[in-house]
Amino acid sequence: MSSTLQAVINQPYKHGFVTEIDADVLPKGLNEDVIRLISKKKNEPEWLLEFRLQAYRHWLTMTEPTWPNVRYPKIDFQDISYYSAPKPKKKLASLDEVDPELLRTFEKLGVPLHEQKALAGVAVDVVFDSVSVATTYKAKLAEVGIIFCSFSEAVQNHPELVKKYLGSVVPSGDNFYAALNSAVFTDGSFVYIPKGTRCPMELSTYFRINTQESGQFERTLIIAEEGSYVSYLEGCTAPRFDTNQLHAAVVELVALDNAEIKYSTVQNWYAGDEHGVGGIYNFVTKRGLCRGVNSKISWTQVETGSAITWKYPSCILLGDNSSGEFYSVALTNHKQQADTGTKMVHIGKNTRSRIVSKGISAGQSNNSYRGLVKIGPKAQGARNYSQCDSMLIGAHSGAHTFPYIQVQNNTAKVEHEASTSKIGEEQLFYFASRGIGAEEAVSMIINGFCKDVFTQLPMEFAVEATKLLGLKLEGSIG
Amino acid sequence: MIIPNSKVLLEVSNLFANIDGVEILKGVNLTVRAGEVHAVMGPNGSGKSTFSKILAGHPAYRVTGGRVLFEGRDLLALPPEERTRAGVFLAFQYPVEIPGVSNSAFLRLAYNTLQAQRGRDELDPLEFDDFVREKIKIVDMDPAFLDRSVNEGFSGGEKKRNEILQMAILEPKLAILDETDSGLDIDALRVVANGVNRLITPDNAVVLVTHYQRLLNYITPDYVHVMEGGQIIKTGGKELALELETRGYDWVRDEFESAAGMTA
Repeated sequence: MSSTLQAVINQPYKHGFVTEIDADVLPKGLNEDVIRLISKKKNEPEWLLEFRLQAYRHWLTMTEPTWPNVRYPKIDFQDISYYSAPKPKKKLASLDEVDPELLRTFEKLGVPLHEQKALAGVAVDVVFDSVSVATTYKAKLAEVGIIFCSFSEAVQNHPELVKKYLGSVVPSGDNFYAALNSAVFTDGSFVYIPKGTRCPMELSTYFRINTQESGQFERTLIIAEEGSYVSYLEGCTAPRFDTNQLHAAVVELVALDNAEIKYSTVQNWYAGDEHGVGGIYNFVTKRGLCRGVNSKISWTQVETGSAITWKYPSCILLGDNSSGEFYSVALTNHKQQADTGTKMVHIGKNTRSRIVSKGISAGQSNNSYRGLVKIGPKAQGARNYSQCDSMLIGAHSGAHTFPYIQVQNNTAKVEHEASTSKIGEEQLFYFASRGIGAEEAVSMIINGFCKDVFTQLPMEFAVEATKLLGLKLEGSIG
Repeated sequence: MIIPNSKVLLEVSNLFANIDGVEILKGVNLTVRAGEVHAVMGPNGSGKSTFSKILAGHPAYRVTGGRVLFEGRDLLALPPEERTRAGVFLAFQYPVEIPGVSNSAFLRLAYNTLQAQRGRDELDPLEFDDFVREKIKIVDMDPAFLDRSVNEGFSGGEKKRNEILQMAILEPKLAILDETDSGLDIDALRVVANGVNRLITPDNAVVLVTHYQRLLNYITPDYVHVMEGGQIIKTGGKELALELETRGYDWVRDEFESAAGMTA
């Protein structure tokens, strides 16, 4: 790889600062007492504590998955603090009482919390370490019956909804990290869209890990009642530390008859430095249940950060004629490792799914697509189309594709296409001999490569994502 | 056309270069003035394609001696994109395919980068569309190619038209056409050659690098140079190309070697 290519990929991480703020941090370690303490701090009902303890007991019997194509030292789960919250000066009644230091932090991250300054048409819930610190446009959304609040508030104010749906898509014992999350989750976002309502603005959650020794275990639950629609976006950043922080989230989506949920992620956790020191371990379980007929769930993700990404946003297509989509761009650089993809489980009749995955590997990174398409025996007329493209930048990165296809119904139609391409010296020289420098050339090639995914993002974020990829690759060309 | 005392655009003196330690150029000398068309001919492996790539700044080659001045500036000190912005253009023998990048977006970025460099207005996509639709007439290209990915799935002839289209858009002072005739049928050759002829002005210059004489039936050179063993060993007028066509290259080499022997 020429030095031009090197130079384009190696851009410093912009969100690596730490906010100096008084925090209420639990001592490191995990046991039933810690779980009881978290539950008590959050003033939770008994059934929720039971949910946690059950998950914890199950987790103790489980082992970490070793099948992903990633390598890292064994995590000491007793060396993590499971709760860290900025100390409130007093009980908050409005945003004006949010610690100014926090307001400044999010301002700096480009997420202003004052509604008048906020992105027009986007409501934001902001999660700082273990707690949600603010939610904008809550009142306005409530006027049309939409509930958009932190998970903790939902537990207090809408316990019947939480109880009904929590764990209904990702059971507490689903997998090692989902079980851990179910035991210790601290906050997250809750969305409820009532029957026949089209959510008038983009909803979004911004996750920020600030404390070096803590993990972030948040929980997101989105319920779209019959005939409703919502578009939701999450963003994430973390300071630059030379240790690894664990992020093990669970996201559950439920779409009832004729409902549609569009879930987009722009993930920019700290990825570690060029030698692979530090960075977030992003071990996340995301799953959507198309419970009703004609329901639709669409995942779009732009994964650029984290030292390790282990994530498979999936759709269970239960309702007849329901459909699932997965659009993904995963970019890895330096020593990052990503094992990401999706699962499309076709259960109902005439269910459809579409997978478009674009993996970009630069530096010495390793990028794997892993996807399951499963057609059940009753899924008459099910259809799937998968397209997995990989792009290699330079000569030291790796791209892998692991498709799993299981078909139990002979009326199903499943298509899989895959390609691998490479940004090489000859392409860059071609751009250069037309007056275009390496950075712009790479950005143009990458944007062309990712076009099918970017067009799925809400507009403001498509622009952000394009810029982000450019930044991430800066310095890698050469 | 030869214009007495016109401005010197390119001055190559005693240029040496290698790739992976293998010496390819062994003392090339060439002077190109505004208004002139030069043909650099020679057998396969003579170093003529290497010469064109080195002028454009291909990173795989290493210059080990000599110098290249472009309008008096040290060309070799500039990275490839700066050379293009200074007015040097290479039409590739094998243009690269760039999947996912639309030809029109690529052409517009190239054009606007140069416009910005020259302190002129950039064009928005709509303005550029009008502009480029005029330019493609020069190479008789189907506008559908503007919406396709750069060179992806283009036939050999379409790729070469696309190269000349880029030349038309970037308006270089010095255009180096590397084997632009290779892989073209006679109709495509005529179209491409006509395109080049329309772009020649008293202020710019063209260097045609070619193995065969047939391109020179359509684009008349002012000078013909024979490259052999990494050097220009003979220079003549357009009639030299015809002589090479009938007699081959061997006699030129023999003549050069005996002349070298005499001076030795």
